[in-house]
Amino acid sequence: MNSKNLFEKVWDDHTVGELANGQTQLFIGRHLIHEVTSPQAFGMLREKGLPIRYPERTFATVDHIVPTDEVSEPYSDILADAMIKELRKNCTESGITFFDIDSGKQGIVHVVGPEQGLTQPGMTIACGDSHTSTHGAFGAVAFGVGTSQVRDLLATQTMAMNTLKVRRINVNGDLGTGIYAKDVILHIIRLLGVNGGTGFAYEYGGSVFNEFSIEERMTACNMSIEGGARVGYVNPDLKTFAYLKGRPYSPSDDKWDEQVSVWSSYSSDEGCSYDDVVTIEGSEIAPTVTWGINPGQAVSIGENIPHPDQVAKHEKAGVIEALEHMKLTAGAPIQGTKVDVAFIGSCTNGRLSDLEEVASRLPGHKVKEGLKAIVVPGSQLVSKLAMEKGLDKVFIDAGFEWRAAGCSMCLAMNPDKLVGDQLCASSSNRNFKGRQGSPTGRTMLMSPVMVAAAAITGEVCDARTVFG
Amino acid sequence: MSLPKIAQVVGRAIPVLGDDIDTDRIIPARFMKCLTFDGLGEYLFYDTRFDEDGSEKSHNLNLPCFRDASIMVSGANFGCGSSREHAPQSLYRAGFRAIVAGNFADIFFGNATSLGMPCASTSRENLEKLSSALETDPNLEVVVDVENLQVRYGSELMPCEITPGARDSLLNGSWGPLEELLTATNGIEKTASSLPYA
Ligand code: SF4
Repeated sequence: MNSKNLFEKVWDDHTVGELANGQTQLFIGRHLIHEVTSPQAFGMLREKGLPIRYPERTFATVDHIVPTDEVSEPYSDILADAMIKELRKNCTESGITFFDIDSGKQGIVHVVGPEQGLTQPGMTIACGDSHTSTHGAFGAVAFGVGTSQVRDLLATQTMAMNTLKVRRINVNGDLGTGIYAKDVILHIIRLLGVNGGTGFAYEYGGSVFNEFSIEERMTACNMSIEGGARVGYVNPDLKTFAYLKGRPYSPSDDKWDEQVSVWSSYSSDEGCSYDDVVTIEGSEIAPTVTWGINPGQAVSIGENIPHPDQVAKHEKAGVIEALEHMKLTAGAPIQGTKVDVAFIGSCTNGRLSDLEEVASRLPGHKVKEGLKAIVVPGSQLVSKLAMEKGLDKVFIDAGFEWRAAGCSMCLAMNPDKLVGDQLCASSSNRNFKGRQGSPTGRTMLMSPVMVAAAAITGEVCDARTVFG
Repeated sequence: MSLPKIAQVVGRAIPVLGDDIDTDRIIPARFMKCLTFDGLGEYLFYDTRFDEDGSEKSHNLNLPCFRDASIMVSGANFGCGSSREHAPQSLYRAGFRAIVAGNFADIFFGNATSLGMPCASTSRENLEKLSSALETDPNLEVVVDVENLQVRYGSELMPCEITPGARDSLLNGSWGPLEELLTATNGIEKTASSLPYA
């Protein structure tokens, strides 16, 4: 029998044909768009007089630039206001479903797709955003694309792609207590490097991923791109199907069983081959935080910040540059690094389970005086469900600001920005120079619970000690 | 297909060294509040080139001797991070027509190729050699030869790599795939209707 992995099955089923240059013309079943990377694409189509081919396969929301503390339009930022209006106009004109600010469904595109049931096993999904890999948590093959591809997708629902190799990453055994999906993916990136995944799709498996909830799988798949892998996925299982049951765009009850058996058929076959296999022991993963200016520059909480003399020759310049930007001392313990801002949110860790996990630990604790701490739910639905459980009050009582849904300080295209060289403990996914809105601002990535511990003590610390 | 064939790019080059130069660095997010890509050239590497008060920092892009460069020379994993096409667009609009680096992040590579901007990979040693030659003589004429997979300057010739599909599409003028994608009308319908979901 010809056994295949999930990536190959999905790729083959969506292949339209081969292009003259040898690339594949790949059909994309679901296309998600947002305000930052789509207006130029609509503009190009207008210029060429091309219509939108399958408007029913594209879904839109606003996330990157929406203010989280101002609820009514027009927004004080006129450029942001213009971008939202442009998306609204483009969607209305072309008949694309738009989860607008007043829909109750708006939020970060990678939070909204899954929670609306738009993300399903065996699909191809694309979005003009690199964290589209998130949707792989459902066993979909999901690509982040550029604006020219957004244009191609609007016009043809297909794009030109090179196939990817597949690396299976097994995380075996059990995780220790207080170790989260965020620690697992930061550990993987640290191990394989920020460009270790170039040309690969990552298939995650092993007992740790089997045990993970769907939201935890999303956290891990989300950051595949930070390891250079354009696609990350987990084979669908009963948890995947249970998550999807009853969602607005999930199959209806009468089609359910049939659809589940189709979904199941997309799992990687027993004994299929991979281009590479990596095995990691789950028990060796500790709470992990970044110290540098890319997500691979990370250490576990008990370790020291690296010294430029201890790294490979070609890494030395990078370490020196990172230490300079981060204003950290080579060889010093990472614990005790002073923190100015704490951010809980983003498409990596802005889901209900993230907020619940943190909130369950907060009673009896207060954010350190003078420290700014904000919680930004990933979507309006996450916000609503959290408020129904009273989580907003728990956060506010502890000294956090409770904000409206959006990307917020993950990339600071809205007013939520670092000031000067503030250091932010952040549950987001990128610690690049200037990422959080100030060119000299500093970001340390970690799990939401670790961010909360840093907010309480005012320094990077082991959450397991703070919360007992 | 009406796109120009790109067999080589000839011009002056500028070294912008370092590994893992991410797209946030190439174009900071705050400059992405735009409805077209037109003005992006101005903000290329903005925070690396300018202080918060707008005064120039020391950076090769600020040096008059590199002002006419159309080829950028950098390190490994160039263009990692965000999928923003704003990054290659800002390079293109600042006058760049080719990038030579250690290797490229996948999405950046695809985005740049679809603008007709070749991304050529070569070894660390080659990059260091080319950069120091440029530091000595910024007027060096550099050739990025897509057809023969070479980077040439002075009497030097170094091999480079460009993914075969990308190279083909540059050579035969099909680097913007839209026209070709549009012709597959029947194939698209057929694939769409064969899928187990709508
Ligand atoms: S939360 Fe951050 S990473 Fe995610 S889509 Fe928004 S800006 Fe991008």
